[in-house]
Amino acid sequence: MSMKIFIPRDAAAVAVGADDIAVTFEQIATKRGLPVEIVRTGSRGLCWLEPMVEVATPKGRVAYGPVSAEDVASVFESMASNGPHALLLGIADEIPWLKRQTRLTFARCGVIDPRSLEDYRAHGGYKGLERALSLGSEAILNEVTASGLRGRGGAGFPTGIKWKTVAQAKADRKFIVCNADEGDSGTFADRMIMEGDPFLVIEGMTTSGITVGATKGYIYIRSEYPHAVEAMNAAIVAARRGGYLGDKIGGSTYSFDMEVRVGAGAYVCGEETSLLESLEGRRGLVRAKPPLPAHHGLFGKPTVINNVLSFAAIPFILAEGAKAYADFGMGRSRGTMPIQLAGNIRQGGLFETAFGVTLGELVDDIGGGTFTGRPVRAVQVGGPLGAYFPRALFDTPFDYEAFSARDGLIGHGGIVVFDDSVDMRKQARFAMEFCAVESCGKCTPCRIGSTRGVETIEKIIRGERVTENLALVEDLCNTMKFGSLCALGGFTPYPVLSALKHFREDFVPAPTTLQAAE
Amino acid sequence: MTAVYEPSYEPWDETRGAEIIAEHASQEGATLVILHALQEAFGYVPEAAIPMVAQALTLSRAEVHGVFTFYHDFRHKPAGRHVLKLCRAEACQAAGGDALAARAEAKLGVSLGHTTADDRVTLEPIYCLGLCATAPSAMLDGRLIGRLDEKRIDALVAEAQR
Repeated sequence: MSMKIFIPRDAAAVAVGADDIAVTFEQIATKRGLPVEIVRTGSRGLCWLEPMVEVATPKGRVAYGPVSAEDVASVFESMASNGPHALLLGIADEIPWLKRQTRLTFARCGVIDPRSLEDYRAHGGYKGLERALSLGSEAILNEVTASGLRGRGGAGFPTGIKWKTVAQAKADRKFIVCNADEGDSGTFADRMIMEGDPFLVIEGMTTSGITVGATKGYIYIRSEYPHAVEAMNAAIVAARRGGYLGDKIGGSTYSFDMEVRVGAGAYVCGEETSLLESLEGRRGLVRAKPPLPAHHGLFGKPTVINNVLSFAAIPFILAEGAKAYADFGMGRSRGTMPIQLAGNIRQGGLFETAFGVTLGELVDDIGGGTFTGRPVRAVQVGGPLGAYFPRALFDTPFDYEAFSARDGLIGHGGIVVFDDSVDMRKQARFAMEFCAVESCGKCTPCRIGSTRGVETIEKIIRGERVTENLALVEDLCNTMKFGSLCALGGFTPYPVLSALKHFREDFVPAPTTLQAAE
Repeated sequence: MTAVYEPSYEPWDETRGAEIIAEHASQEGATLVILHALQEAFGYVPEAAIPMVAQALTLSRAEVHGVFTFYHDFRHKPAGRHVLKLCRAEACQAAGGDALAARAEAKLGVSLGHTTADDRVTLEPIYCLGLCATAPSAMLDGRLIGRLDEKRIDALVAEAQR
């Protein structure tokens, strides 16, 4: 019997050598004359242990990590002899960091072969769609609404209501668009699921298509994610071949097909109307709303546009029922959120858990603090448009409303940790600069405001009329917040104002006089 | 170890360009698809191709030029022989990316966004490769590298200069 070894092909694992390791394993197995079967999986999301390699045993899959090319020979010996090894992590499913998660969306990620439709089905894939096909549109809408699922891209709009609006719209054509333009720094859940369980995204989009009466879908993936593009394209071909895309999907009367479109490096295209413009082949200029995409979306037709994680949550909801999903969470944030721990963090990666876990638990307990070993000073939650939180606010529970009450947002669930060497003036300046570079240019507060913001923060850094310029930045932030057309200009004030508010000491000169106080 | 990979592109050729455009022109919203395909073939989007795209899609030259210039990805001239992209977003900043970027700039003698005088290396910033838990990260001609430190960035720069 051959030994079955699992090595991730996830981009984060590949970036730290997973491809080389796979080659080395094969070479060593050949030299030893032992037959091995190497399965390239997604990542389990324990990024600090990547490349994490697993071997099938009668007791379950046993993991080793982080494995470097030099370790392969000894790891192979340990696998073959069931012997000890310094990198041995035990049964993968029993690793505490993994075991304490609630993996509804990421249940298969890192486990199955993302290129294999059979493997997907063998692990419960397409159960949701099969039930959806038997339910019909109205009952599916009821399930999605009852699950409490809210848009995982950041806006948190109830998915059921969005779908219902499109279902009720009358048109000759409707579209399903998946927003895979995951541009926020500190987020990688979309990338991971596309690379590690692409059929899940296809299943979610297909379900949406049959619900609202759309027969065509697009997944818009950013060009910075070539591995995800490749994985999605391969899965689409396999799904088509297996009868899960195209005419009469799964033997039903429904038709649905989809294709991948690749972005071209514009951050603003993650904004839904800008993304639609880009898909239509134009500059990614944000559209004024209304009309909503649900009424007037892609090519002017009613369109469901959701984030990857929203679509990826759907198969579980349909397979297990709305209640099984809604039983997790707190307040109006139901279900689970795939949280991404990133930046200067000891145990970074993907941690899917029910809403309600506190920021402090995530950073200190689960994340284990910084990898530099220095104290955590600030964490930015929700990408470049998210607020910086100080330790004093670490009791904030992960929940849409709780973050909003503290002038922050959970966004796409990314948490970037900074140690005490961070200069918050620099971070505030960067937020404005990023907005200036990425602004689509349509509205003045964002286009001009961000440039003036950079200049004014630079004056503060140089120590010019600090008090007056701080007031000016605050005023400018208000204009941007309330006057911008979309979240780029509208939310850039979050990192800037939070830096000013919680880390004031970085902006004002050493308090030699009382004037430094607020 | 991984062999040094050198991207190779065709020289601009109008007939070949027209072929590429025709291949994709029937898709809905084809502009970006075509610009990507042209850049993949030639390494950049030659100016001569812009009116050809416009004609194929019944758009104005200005519209196609507008799309071409809006997106960071599209090049108006070929890049250096190797393209080294350093992630400059927050997660990589938090993990020490600023110092590594400065180090790469110093070693190559160019600032981010520029190509070395010998046309060997184009050094570019990239805003997030999605490798934020194995930061800082980079991409050399399509190959991803995570957990960068001084030693690794030096090796990458040396590899790019070869």
